[in-house]
Amino acid sequence: MTETDAAMVEPSEKVKISTKSTGSAVARVLKYSAVKLALLFLTVVVGVYLTVLIANMGGYVDRIRRAQIREGVALSMRGDRQFTLLPEEEREAVMNEMIAIEEERLGLNDPFIIRSFRYLGHALTLDLGFAEQMTSDSGSKQVRLIILERLPSTLVLFGTTNLFLFILAITIALYLSRRYGSFFDRVVVALAPTSAAPGWFYGIFLILIFAAALKVLPFGGMVDAPPPESKVGYALSLLEHMILPVTAIIMSSIFSSAFSWRTFFLIYSSEDYVEMAKAKGLTSQAIERRYVLRPTLPPIITSFAFLLIGLWGGAPIFETVFNWPGLGRATFQAIGFYDTPVIVGTTIIFSYLLAITVFLLEFIYALVDPRVKIGDGESKA
Amino acid sequence: MNTLKRSFKELLQYPSAIAGLVIIFILVAVAAYALISIPYQEAITLWRAGVGVWDENPRTAAPAWINFFRANDLPETVVLSTTEGTALATVEETSGMTKHTILFNIDYPYDGFPQELVLYFSSTFVEKQPHIGMTWITPDGREINMGSLAIGASESYYASQDARLQRKLGMVPQQGLFANPELDTPVAVEGAYQLKVEAFTFEPDSTVDIKMVLFGQVHGIAGTDHQRRDLMIALLWGTPIMLAFGLLAALGTTLTTMIIAAIGTWYGGWVDGIIQRITEVNLVLPFLSILIMIGTFYSTNIWLMLGMTILLSIFGAAIKNYRSIFLQVKESPYVEAARAYGANDWRIIIRYLVPRIIPLIIPALVTLIPSYVFLEASLAVLGLGDPTLPTWGKIINDAQANGALFNGYYYWVLEPAVLLMITGLAFSLVGFALNRIFNPRLRSL
Repeated sequence: MTETDAAMVEPSEKVKISTKSTGSAVARVLKYSAVKLALLFLTVVVGVYLTVLIANMGGYVDRIRRAQIREGVALSMRGDRQFTLLPEEEREAVMNEMIAIEEERLGLNDPFIIRSFRYLGHALTLDLGFAEQMTSDSGSKQVRLIILERLPSTLVLFGTTNLFLFILAITIALYLSRRYGSFFDRVVVALAPTSAAPGWFYGIFLILIFAAALKVLPFGGMVDAPPPESKVGYALSLLEHMILPVTAIIMSSIFSSAFSWRTFFLIYSSEDYVEMAKAKGLTSQAIERRYVLRPTLPPIITSFAFLLIGLWGGAPIFETVFNWPGLGRATFQAIGFYDTPVIVGTTIIFSYLLAITVFLLEFIYALVDPRVKIGDGESKA
Repeated sequence: MNTLKRSFKELLQYPSAIAGLVIIFILVAVAAYALISIPYQEAITLWRAGVGVWDENPRTAAPAWINFFRANDLPETVVLSTTEGTALATVEETSGMTKHTILFNIDYPYDGFPQELVLYFSSTFVEKQPHIGMTWITPDGREINMGSLAIGASESYYASQDARLQRKLGMVPQQGLFANPELDTPVAVEGAYQLKVEAFTFEPDSTVDIKMVLFGQVHGIAGTDHQRRDLMIALLWGTPIMLAFGLLAALGTTLTTMIIAAIGTWYGGWVDGIIQRITEVNLVLPFLSILIMIGTFYSTNIWLMLGMTILLSIFGAAIKNYRSIFLQVKESPYVEAARAYGANDWRIIIRYLVPRIIPLIIPALVTLIPSYVFLEASLAVLGLGDPTLPTWGKIINDAQANGALFNGYYYWVLEPAVLLMITGLAFSLVGFALNRIFNPRLRSL
């Protein structure tokens, strides 16, 4: 996120809630969120549809479906004794015939438009077919299982990081705005350009220093091998492995976020009503909480949303550098194996994750933006 | 034009911006040097590393300058050959055979051990193969018999694979030949070594040529990778590629975004609506994943990647910023005046709306460049770099794939990484300074 972006972000959407409704604030927030959710779902549908279109430009989704049908037919025939007794060629012929019937029945010979909408349905319900090479840890070849198995690791890593990042950046930004022009303030301003480098890049340096040279932290991975037996040991090992990745992401984003949020704070603390509050003799903490933090939160959340979207996007490479067994590394492995179903699957999951992130932040936005609660959105936004 | 000149002067008041500009200038100079000194085709050939291209380079050798920072110097590669006259050859005729004595004088002022000692023989003969005997003479005068062999038309001898020699020395030959025999741990002895090769030929026209390569542990300014390639090629050639990708992507994205935002705000209504909806859909499209998908399924050609990058970035967050500015500009009196004199839509968009936003675009554009430079590197690290081109990201990819950090080849990762960081920082510094110049609101903060 650049300085311009951050400074100019406007509330992302006009709040469309009728001023006449007299429900409570909670109801308004819920209604706002529900409308947002519905809109976002439509957006995701379009996004996934585009993904399917891009993926199938070379007929890859078709190929995944055909492989799935072949696998299914072969499996059902293997279980049937009647077929196993047939000679090789005859069995082959019967199988091909059955595959052809299945393909006809499942509509693989339909025009592309119809097929593409059917694929959209499969993608939305996570019916993602079978992987060509990769297997889940439990040995399944279903893309859905491979992905769902890795989802928690990714969520743990990125969830923790995002939370840390948000709290840390806001604390630093508030501190800087209080001590505007101090040495620390100037250091952060000077360091803001370092955020041009993505997290994986800092990760390489951190691994070099702490894992390779000092040998105090692990190179990568999520837990020790073999994983500790006890729950406490497991958690400790997980924490130890999370130090470097979390630090890498925070290093790559903290300075520019703290810088741009501090700028928001400074802009809002020069408002007349803040001067008024000071004149009234309110404590600086009360001023900060009531008059500075409140109005700045909505633009900060919008800016944070863009930051998070950027972070999600970098997951494949970030997890690869840290050998983190999550979705991103699954994508990387799938590239290595040329495993098309998994690549399509992870792309779709990532668009879901992005949508969920956007929705969560919209929800928080609704909680902090007074215009939503009061229902006076139309006039000002 | 005047404004630009004034802004440039103002830019020079920021020391950080000057530093950034200097670095950018150096990078451009390096890029130009790379393009001129190593033509494209040659760079590709060198990077493909076919047979015979890098035979005299050691594997994964650190850059030679690390010896300045080390207490014990690591050896450099020594190449001596009879065809180039760097080895002393004397010929002696005896009954029925000719004895060639070839002396390789190796000056060895290093503390570390070499990677490998290889002798490449080439000979001409009709029926009777020449016979070779090798003796190793250490600075303290010990003579080690390295054995003898009959050679064909072209033959090579790898000291490290000589099991007999290894048994005799009690350790791997490339260490044993240089080690001090009185110490328990192998320590290399500095000084002048000599390899004496006695070749016997049994035919009058028979000749023997020998090339000795003592592979060191350091090489050149940049070091080498696992395929013996000189990293300098990729570091040099990576510069123009990185600059071109970053600049074109930033320029393409910013300009199209700006024009689309202008069109959307000017026409309003459903045009604006569609642009807004596309922006929202674009927000949930996983950018890198889609690039990965395209890279794996179709092609990793760098121009295709560039095109897709621009296409996927057009409807980014910036479009909302530009839109909100255009909305204000649209209402301004001079636009109304233009409308009054009958200017058509396109004229108003191109001549009246777009120029107003240029000051905001320039810093955004410069700050965008590093993110695309890193994107190109990211794709290469994921193994989706253009297959033919040597780039910085590809070096990191190779290094990662060969466990460079784990095995201690730090230079392999550090060189491209530091270059990337310097590049990113240079553009960001300039971008930040520009932002302050063009956004007066930020100047005081």
